This record gives sequence, structure tokens and C-alpha cells, in this order.
Amino acid sequence: MNAKQMRKNKWQTTIFFILIIIVTYLSTAITKFNFIDSIATIPAAFSWIFSNLLITEESLEKLPQILEKLGETIFMSIAATTLAAVVSLFLAIMGSKTTKVNQTFSVIARFIASFSRNIPVVAWSLILLISFGQNSITGFLALFVATVGFLTRAFIESVDEANQSSVEALTATGATYFHMISKAVIPQSLPQMLSWILFMIETNIRSATLVGILTGTGIGYMFDLYYKNMNYNLVALITFTIIIAVIAIELISNRIRRVIL
Amino acid sequence: MSLLKVEGLSKFYDRETKVLKDVNFEVKAGEFLSIIGPSGAGKSTLLRCMNRLVEINEGKVIFNGLDVGAMKKKELRKLRTNIGMIFQHYNLVPRLTVIENVLHGRFGYKSTIQGVLGRFTEPEKEQAFFLLEKLGISEHAYKRCDQLSGGQQQRVGICRALIQEPELILCDEPIASLDPNSSKVIMDYLKSISTEMGITCIVNLHQVEVAKEYASRIVGLKQGEIVFDGPSKLLYGEQIQNIYGMESRELITV
Amino acid sequence: MEMVKELNPALIKRKRNGQINIKSGNKIDAVVKWTIWILTFLTVLAFFVFDYTGFQIERAITETIHNIRVMFLEPGLSHFSWSEAVYQVGVTLGLGILATIFGAIIAFFLSLMAAENLSKSWLSNTVRIVVAFIRAVPTVLWVLIFAIAAGLGSEAAVLGMLFHSVAYLVKAFSESFEEVNPGIIEALRATGSSWWHIVVNGVLPSTFTYLLSWTFLRFEINFSVAVAMGAAAGAGGIGFELFMASGFYFDLREVGFITYAILVVAIVLEIISTRLKERYFPSSINS
Ligand SMILES: Nc1ncnc2c1ncn2[C@@H]1O[C@H](COP(=O)(O)OP(=O)(O)OP(=O)(O)O)[C@@H](O)[C@H]1O
Ligand SMILES: [Mg+2]
Repeated sequence: MNAKQMRKNKWQTTIFFILIIIVTYLSTAITKFNFIDSIATIPAAFSWIFSNLLITEESLEKLPQILEKLGETIFMSIAATTLAAVVSLFLAIMGSKTTKVNQTFSVIARFIASFSRNIPVVAWSLILLISFGQNSITGFLALFVATVGFLTRAFIESVDEANQSSVEALTATGATYFHMISKAVIPQSLPQMLSWILFMIETNIRSATLVGILTGTGIGYMFDLYYKNMNYNLVALITFTIIIAVIAIELISNRIRRVIL
Repeated sequence: MSLLKVEGLSKFYDRETKVLKDVNFEVKAGEFLSIIGPSGAGKSTLLRCMNRLVEINEGKVIFNGLDVGAMKKKELRKLRTNIGMIFQHYNLVPRLTVIENVLHGRFGYKSTIQGVLGRFTEPEKEQAFFLLEKLGISEHAYKRCDQLSGGQQQRVGICRALIQEPELILCDEPIASLDPNSSKVIMDYLKSISTEMGITCIVNLHQVEVAKEYASRIVGLKQGEIVFDGPSKLLYGEQIQNIYGMESRELITV
Repeated sequence: MEMVKELNPALIKRKRNGQINIKSGNKIDAVVKWTIWILTFLTVLAFFVFDYTGFQIERAITETIHNIRVMFLEPGLSHFSWSEAVYQVGVTLGLGILATIFGAIIAFFLSLMAAENLSKSWLSNTVRIVVAFIRAVPTVLWVLIFAIAAGLGSEAAVLGMLFHSVAYLVKAFSESFEEVNPGIIEALRATGSSWWHIVVNGVLPSTFTYLLSWTFLRFEINFSVAVAMGAAAGAGGIGFELFMASGFYFDLREVGFITYAILVVAIVLEIISTRLKERYFPSSINS
């Protein structure tokens, strides 16, 4: 690198940082974000957390109810993810450039995926809430639609990565399209896909809490209820059970991943 | 009667460059034919025209009296069942077992449902073991394919082709990724397939010496045209130079 | 070829019914199979656990089809103007930007502590455990908890969103740092450079573009998080308008319009981040 280029790079870096500062300033202006206030908030918030978010013996009495709702949320995310994975598998095979049947289907599959992925899960739950009402199905469907979008994209990548040469070999033996998909493509991409499914279950448990607040179901509903009643001991207990659940699921999926990948 | 007949075959992937130009030759049943030529001459393309892994643009390929280019989906499947294929990179499904990969050769005989469910009959499985035993790799039957050495994987590839009970086996540079010892083993197996089982073999090769040693007849390809076609005994230095071009002769024979 | 008279039965595995087995029965296959079975079982079970209060399938489906048609085919605004809509999208983008930039700054320092090649193992393990803990709490809970202390508004939203941004970026950044060629670090160490010197001259130049790409990828996520926080935690922006339009005014056309607005921004961000990914990360990385 010569001196001239180095100076140019330095200039670019400087301009870049100035841009970042401008963008940050504009963002604080438009959101009315007060930097000083928020820094002052942090210690206050933590001291509030440590003095109020305490699990008391009294709150533990509600534990069975909380666990039941937590169970509903976990089931909701597993069911949404698993069923979405089935749909995504079809869409991914249609959409992947290596296994597509024809161009039109491929474009349609990618379009569906992009559409359902880029509308956030909150939007889906609010849209579905209007007609489905406050029940588990609403949350399930919202998670399902968003997950289809995400998993289709991930699965397309896994299918594309599968070794094409074995597909060629199977075609040469006189195998049909479905033989080739089921015996050459899927065996190769299945572990990767499974890893994505596990990742999505973890993510969906967190999203399910959010969806639950909006649709009045599961652990999110419980949280919202006690939050609004200012019963912070229960809020603490609920948060704690969610943490335990998410970490447990993460540990399990990491173990599975370590074996299969 | 000839088993395979190639008449005026031409092929282009894009409009400008013809990869194959008016290729004509015949292959008799039981022959061991080798196609040689420099990289990019069109050897792989020629082989893939025979079972229509690539579409034929001009001319005809006639197998057993049937026009390959005009075949419908169903006939094409039947044709491919009749033609085994062996690849330079073995083209096995890496995560599956050796025995599963061998049985993939039976898909041509299966309905979609049978194949997807992996329904293979006991005689088929026994035949698979029999072939593995014959190629000396039956002790690896339950290993994953990606755990085998290159030479062993190529033998799995041969088993997969043989279980098709084909009349013709196409080999696209079967030993290009192997060391000399494994190469010899593989070529010996291919030779005995043709002599003992009477299966016709067409083998693409890079190495002239190997072609001369094993093949009864050699076709030399250069820039998509046949520049030599005759018994391997008659392939001398001069023609080799002609096929590979002057300068590269030293490179080829080492 | 050697003549084979008969098969060696010892090499052939058979099922209980005497048929020849073609699966190896190794651990990987077994784990894959069991994972799939368990997930299937839990999915079926889920439908027995669900709460179906007020759910009528026929009505729900016909209504949804009707609603979706109105939303997506006849979008329009009634409670606010176009310029207001643009402004609200700007607010949501602003929340996302603030959370991303502050998150990246904090994550940069933490990831230096978390990277195994730049830090002590007890420190990197501590940071990792804290990060895993932070990740386990959903963002919306962080925002709501902060809202108690700071009041509903952009401060609570940004601070709450900061947690997951930091957690995500620490993981990404520290992995980028760990991939730095050990030779570079060793060479600098050999010249007696200080730790900061190594970071600034050895680590940063080779990872800077990765850090920027990861930061942008997080921004893409933070945009939809900001929409969610607007809707569920009253953080304002287009998400809050969506919440009002659907839950308060029941104005399907407006819901449609807002959804399109979100969709357009999200797709633009996705296109940019896909480009970045293709350029800087040939193989994609989980989470
Ligand atoms: N799918 C394809 N699309 C476009 N061009 C192709 C394709 N396959 C091969 N070609 C071109 O066709 C020509 C012949 O290729 P081919 O693979 O048949 O040669 P080859 O003799 O087998 O070479 P090698 O010894 O390197 O395997 C080459 O110039 C190659 O670039
Ligand atoms: Mg070739």
C-alpha cells in the first residue's frame, strides 16, 4: 500500500464516521431520544430491577399456572416451526436453482417466501387477530407464516449446497425426479435443515412471548397481565421461567447439532 | 449389429462455439473403447450425449436400434437403466452408506413410490452384496461413503453401475483422481467387466499409455472432431502428437 | 476378477424379520431420526394443548380471506397522511439505527473480551455466559422492564433493543476476531506491541469490513424489532400505527397500507444485506 492510497483510506474512514454521526444525530432527533436521560436511566433501571424484580414465596404459588402457559407457548413455537418446515421444504425444492421444476414455480416459491418473511411477525399477528380472535391459533399462524418465509430461504441455501454430482449420477441410472430429491438431495441437506429448525424453535419461543402479548395467549398474556397489574414479583418469576426454558432448549439443540453436523 | 451408433452428432452449449462437430462412429457389443483427447476436447460432452444427460443438437445417437434423441421421458428412463455410468469424482451421495449407494443403481426399475420409500427386494440387496464382494469392498458395506478412499469409492461407483444390469457402461475419466495403484485396480476391474460379463465399455481417458494398454480400440478427439479412430495398436507417436498438439506431447506421456 | 462363490454372512446385517438392513444405524442417523420423531410428536400434542377460545374455523377463514383481500388490494390511509406515514417509518428506522449503532459500539468492546485469541479464558467465558443469559430474555420484556424505570418512549425502546443487539453482535464480532490469522498477532506481539496496538493495527484492519457487514445485518433485524416494539410496547413509529389501525380503528385499508410500507423497507434492507452477505460471507452463518 502506498502513501497516497493510505491517505485516501483515511479520508474514507473519516467521511464514514462523520456520516455515522450524522445518521445517529438524525435518528435521535426523529425519535426524540435523549441521550443524557437514557444514560441516567440505566443505573436507575438496574437498581429498580434488583429491588423489585424479586421472586417471592408468595409468587411461587402461581408457578403451576405459569408453567402451563409457558408450555402452551413452547408447544406453539414447536408446532409452528415443524409445520412451517414441511411447507418450506416443498417451497425450497421448488425455489432452489438446482432442483426447480421450472422457472415460474421457482419465482412463485421465492416470492411467497420473501413476502411472508419481510412482513414482521407482529404485523401477521395483528392481521390474523382481527379474524381469528384471541386464541392460540392466531399466534400459531402468525409464527407459522413468518417461519415459512425464513426457513424457505435457509433451506434453499442448504439445497443449493448439496453436491450436484450425485444428482447427476442418479439421473444417469434412470431415477425419477422424486427419487433424486428423496435419495440424493434430502439426505445431504437434512442435518443442515434440522439445525435451522432448531434455531427457529429457539427464536420462536422468544417471538411467541411477543405474539402472546398481542394475541392474549400463552406466557406473553400472563406477563402482560401482571405487568399491567404491577405485580412485579410475578413478572420476575415469569421472566425467569422464560430464561430457563430458552436456555434449556438452546442447550439441547446445541447437543443435537454437535452430533449431526 | 452395432450396439451404439453416432451419426453426424453436433453439440453446442452456446451459439458461437460448437463443442462437438459432426462426430461419427460405431461401437460393437462387447467392445472396450477408449476416447482420448486434450482437456476441453469434448470427451465428457460426447459421453453425456449417449445417455442424454445433455441434449443432442444435431445428428443422431442410436442405441440398440432406437433413436436416443427422439425418446420420450419413459423411454429415456429405460435407456438410462440400460446404460451404466462411472464418474471421475465417483458422484456418490456422501452421507449414505455404501450399500445404499449401490442400490441407487436399481432406481431405473422402481416406481416413484417404491424408490422414495427405499423398497428394495432381498435378491436386489443380495446382489448388491455380491457385487461388493466381487470388487473386494464388502467389509465396508455399512460405512458412510465419504469415509472411504478414492479407489474404494470408485469401486462403489462401479457396483452401482453393474447392479443396473446394463449393456453399456460409460466411464468419464474413472481414474483421473486416483493414484497409480488404485488406477490399475480400477482399470483391471473395468477390463474384466467387459471380458467376463460381456458388457460394452466406453472409457474417457487422459492417459494415452493406459488407453493403449487396456482398450481394444481408441477414438481420438480434438476440439470436438474425431482425428483418430482405430485399433489401439495403430496409435503411434505421430497421431498422438496430432491429437494433443505438438508442444504438449511431453506433458502427456509422463 | 476373483470368483465369488457365496456371500460371507458375517458381513451382512439383518433386521429382526430376517431382511437385509441397508442403514448403518450410526449415531448421526439415529439422532436425526429421533429429533424428527420427537418434533412430530410434540407438534401433534400441541394441537391438544391449544386454547381455542372463540375460534370458529369457517368464520375465521372466510373472514381472513376477505380481510387480506381488502388489505392488500385496496390499501389506503384515513387516520393520518402520507407525510405522517413517512415520518413514522422514519421513527421506526431511527429506533433501529440507534439500537444498532450503540449496540455495535458496546459489542465491539465486549467482543474483544470474548474473543479467545485476544482475551483470557475466564473473561471470555464470563462474557459468553452473560450474553447467553441476555439472549434468553425476549426483547419485548427488556423494553417493558425498562419502560417502568424510564417511562414509555424511545429511551426504553432503544435501551431494551440494545440488549439483543449487543448479544448478537458480540457473538458475530468475537467469531470474526477469532478468525484473524494468528501469525499477524504473533508478529506484533514479538515486536513488543501493547494489547491495544495489536487490536488497532493487527485485528481491526483485517476484520473491519466484517464488523460493518454484521452490524448492517443486525440493523435489518432491528428494523422489524422496532416495528414490534412499536406495536407491543408502545415505542411509537409505524409499528404503533399498525397496532392502532388493527386493534383500535379496525381499519383494514390502513393496515394494508402500513403493511406495504413495512414490506418495502424490509425488502430494501434485505436486498442490501444479501449483497453484503454474498460479498463478505460466501457461506452463511447461523443466527
Ligand atoms: N454445461 C456447459 N455449459 C457450457 N459449456 C460447457 C458445458 N460443459 C462443457 N462446456 C464446454 O464444452 C467444452 C468441452 O467440454 P468437455 O467437458 O466435454 O471437455 P472434456 O474433453 O471432457 O475436458 P476434460 O478433459 O477437461 O474433462 C469445453 O470448452 C467446455 O467449456
Ligand atoms: Mg471431462
